[in-house]
Amino acid sequence: MLELYGTPLDSRLLLGTARYPSPAVLAQAVQASGCEVVTVSLRRESGGERSGQGFWSLVRGLGVRVLPNTAGCHSVKEAVTTAHMAREVFATSWVKLEVIGEDDTLQPDVFGLTEAARILCAEGFEVFPYTTEDLVVAERLLAAGCRVLMPWGAPIGSGRGLNNPLALKALRAHFPRIPLIIDAGLGVPSHAARAMELGFDAVLVNTAVAQAGDPVAMAAAFAQAVRAGHAARLAGAIEPLELAAPSTPVIGKAFLG
Amino acid sequence: MKILVNGVWHETAGGELASALEELGYGGRVVATALNGEFVTLEARGRTPLRDGDRLEVLAPMQGG
Repeated sequence: MLELYGTPLDSRLLLGTARYPSPAVLAQAVQASGCEVVTVSLRRESGGERSGQGFWSLVRGLGVRVLPNTAGCHSVKEAVTTAHMAREVFATSWVKLEVIGEDDTLQPDVFGLTEAARILCAEGFEVFPYTTEDLVVAERLLAAGCRVLMPWGAPIGSGRGLNNPLALKALRAHFPRIPLIIDAGLGVPSHAARAMELGFDAVLVNTAVAQAGDPVAMAAAFAQAVRAGHAARLAGAIEPLELAAPSTPVIGKAFLG
Repeated sequence: MKILVNGVWHETAGGELASALEELGYGGRVVATALNGEFVTLEARGRTPLRDGDRLEVLAPMQGG
């Protein structure tokens, strides 16, 4: 069973809550996915608006854990302050820590990320850092106190899948016991299955579900892919070969030439 | 006095942050606040005075990835 900061989870699929066509579709997608953790954020709300309150009420009704993010933060200070605010509003010490370094790719600023992680871990936060596949950065994040890592598959919202599978495999091999969650960039369920086949512990998906033609059906499809990929990992896959290896026995074949 | 709330100037009676939030329509809401870039806890709002020109952020739960 997957365990994140001591919390056991049956589902290895985490869902983002943004970009759905409606709150009702979001709720149905979460239910169809069977996910137990959803990501949320904090944004400005004017005195006359109620959308944030309605959203929070909807999420609370779903009976899932929330993982607040620090999306859009570009500095350590912004990210740390946002984490403090999120902890109060969402009443959780979990935080998906994002410190963005570059706007075109939304690539993590790994220097700011490790610094923010160090501060927040020391304050008792349970930090889920959105990072790259870089192994040295992963070491630094663990040294900072993180006990879960969330390497990207590809840039957020790009739907490209796993951009650097070799480095991701190296990360998995180097940290066999650290929960590793592929976060961002997955486009279709086969990407999620691939991540699970490589031995990742879970995947976090948002845009690929929310922006699908039928988000509810796509949420269910991702859930199946995650289960299949994880089962395949446990079953032990064969090694690829360069040439054919006949599956039907050669011995006993009739001579008909 | 005038304070900048989520990037928009508002005229308020002043006083503490907690009363200003009521005045601005946030009464009873689940929101987090930061004053001039510093987090102000729910518990501290009643003893945090506002000053003319203060920059207040009021954040609410929202969709996120």
